[in-house]
Amino acid sequence: MKALLVGEYREGKLLESSYELVGFAKKLGIEFEFFLVGSKDQVPQVDGKLYLADAATAKEYNPALHKQLIVAAAEKAGAETVVFLHSSYGWDLAPRVALALNAAQFSEVVEANAEGYLLPACNAKLRRRVKATTGKTVVTLQVGAFMPAMGGAPQVEELSVTGSGDCEFIGYEQAEAGEVDLGKAEVIVSAGRGVGKPENVAMIQALAKALGGEYGASRPVVDAGWVPHDRQVGTTGQVVSPKLYVACGISGAIQHLAGMKKSEFILAINTDKDAPIGEVADVLVVADIKQFAPALTARLQG
Amino acid sequence: MNILVCIKQVPDMESRFKVAAGSTWFEESDLAWRINEYDEFAVEQAVQLKEQNAGADLTVLSIGPARVKEALKKALAMGCERAVQVVDAAAHEKDPFQIASAIAAFAKDKNFDVIFTGMQSQDRGSAQVGVLVAELLGIPALTTAVEFAFADGSISVRRELEGGLKAVVKAPTPALVSCQLGLNTPRYPTLPNIMKAKKKELLEVPVADLLQEQPRTQVLSLAYPEKKGSAQILEGDVADLVEKVIGILKEKTAVL
Ligand SMILES: Cc1cc2nc3c(=O)[nH]c(=O)nc-3n(C[C@H](O)[C@H](O)[C@H](O)COP(=O)(O)OP(=O)(O)OC[C@H]3O[C@@H](n4cnc5c(N)ncnc54)[C@H](O)[C@@H]3O)c2cc1C
Ligand SMILES: Nc1ncnc2c1ncn2[C@@H]1O[C@H](COP(=O)(O)O)[C@@H](O)[C@H]1O
Repeated sequence: MKALLVGEYREGKLLESSYELVGFAKKLGIEFEFFLVGSKDQVPQVDGKLYLADAATAKEYNPALHKQLIVAAAEKAGAETVVFLHSSYGWDLAPRVALALNAAQFSEVVEANAEGYLLPACNAKLRRRVKATTGKTVVTLQVGAFMPAMGGAPQVEELSVTGSGDCEFIGYEQAEAGEVDLGKAEVIVSAGRGVGKPENVAMIQALAKALGGEYGASRPVVDAGWVPHDRQVGTTGQVVSPKLYVACGISGAIQHLAGMKKSEFILAINTDKDAPIGEVADVLVVADIKQFAPALTARLQG
Repeated sequence: MNILVCIKQVPDMESRFKVAAGSTWFEESDLAWRINEYDEFAVEQAVQLKEQNAGADLTVLSIGPARVKEALKKALAMGCERAVQVVDAAAHEKDPFQIASAIAAFAKDKNFDVIFTGMQSQDRGSAQVGVLVAELLGIPALTTAVEFAFADGSISVRRELEGGLKAVVKAPTPALVSCQLGLNTPRYPTLPNIMKAKKKELLEVPVADLLQEQPRTQVLSLAYPEKKGSAQILEGDVADLVEKVIGILKEKTAVL
């Protein structure tokens, strides 16, 4: 089996997560070539061949053009498998490439072997083992599921593309800086949807204060406007590793875990004993957060 | 303006899933079903777009067994004009390519200006169907939208990237938009609207009329993951739990 690995480049930089693709190929012991829309000034450290298109012409985001380039590279490489990360870049492009190649597609692969791929289902509560019934396969890898690996200097083959594509990339927008830098906090107590209503965020704040830390939140709590975005923990928020992380009414979706699983000690409070947060937590307290948080706060203050 | 929104009905993720030995799907009895969370944002955006454009028409579509009618009725009560159930008792066995092929076959000759989908389904999490529908129809797909605007025949969205970064992208209609969490605040259907929804059209189309494609994937097994985590599980009376937790924090962390 031969794979084409599709790296990522953003705001003029190669994304480090691209090396997880190499880690995946090495772990499976498959031959690979690498593809990147990027710049000659920042060639990734990978062994073998690198198909390189210039981001100045193909743009950092232009799905129609990137698809064309990737399909061309896959053909040149003779790749049966095209591998992306399951990221905003990868999940946008992978189905386009899969359709163009008449390939089967698997999303968010966490493990692979000769039999097939392992994928999460139902918020990671279950796992599905799947295989393709077609000759070609496109996969996206769960970010963080494979150890990054590097190589030496690649042999570069430049690719170019013409045309404008069917959508226009206007530009990037940075998140506004907020009032708090969660990265500096030693203790973070985060509110999840399990807190139930906006008024209950106060008991999470109180517990955070009693523990001498900051409060954070999972995404739905931020999306609902109960807590500002600079306090969101996860892939689309902050990545934190405090001495103590307390997850209150948080199920433990992969995008949340990616933001806090490196914390030194993780305490989770959840009414669902099977909640996936149990996979990373040191202690899972099965309780209603509305009773447990005020009781713990009172005990700490008393 | 002609709008389509595609919704999937999924089990409540807090359910205890039961998987029979050798089965490739969980048992459906005893589960509570709801609209895929991402698709609620899609329905809300579709209804807002309809409301902003006088005379606009809005169809909601779901592929699945009889139970998906409940999801369609909710979407009608939120403001969709008519519902289409693509009747398929075995929808859970179809792969994303087949689901997308059926949706594209339905949409092909209906001149939809804007099609909304969720960015992913919560049970499958494949994030494929929306993009595939757009590619099959040959229209642009703008994915992972956290902000949406329509003006002068053109759609502008903010795509959410990682770490708080967004990309502003634009495409002319017809186009497809896949909706990310937080795109808007989905409305609750009011009682009068629930009553009105009962009179709205709910069409049934057999899946065989739309789908010829064979699956490209095969599910070998479905199971609970091996527990790698070593979380110590504490259960019982709240006062006791508090004492235990204090003890653990004192022993295992430097924060107390
Ligand atoms: C591209 C992408 C990026 C994302 N980025 C992020 C991100 O950066 N951060 C993030 O958090 N999410 C992110 N998400 C969303 C993520 O997938 C989940 O939807 C989200 O993390 C769920 O939040 P939650 O755990 O608070 O809510 P839910 O999943 O709804 O879980 C609520 C939990 O509370 C428990 N509960 C209910 N009632 C109580 C009670 N009374 N007491 C105690 N427990 C209770 C339930 O058992 C459940 O486990 C992203 C998703 C996508 C697709
Ligand atoms: N059975 C279905 N019926 C209608 N729409 C669906 C169905 N399955 C998926 N979709 C749509 O496609 C999106 C992405 O789904 P998926 O590719 O399965 O993650 C969902 O958010 C829905 O909008």
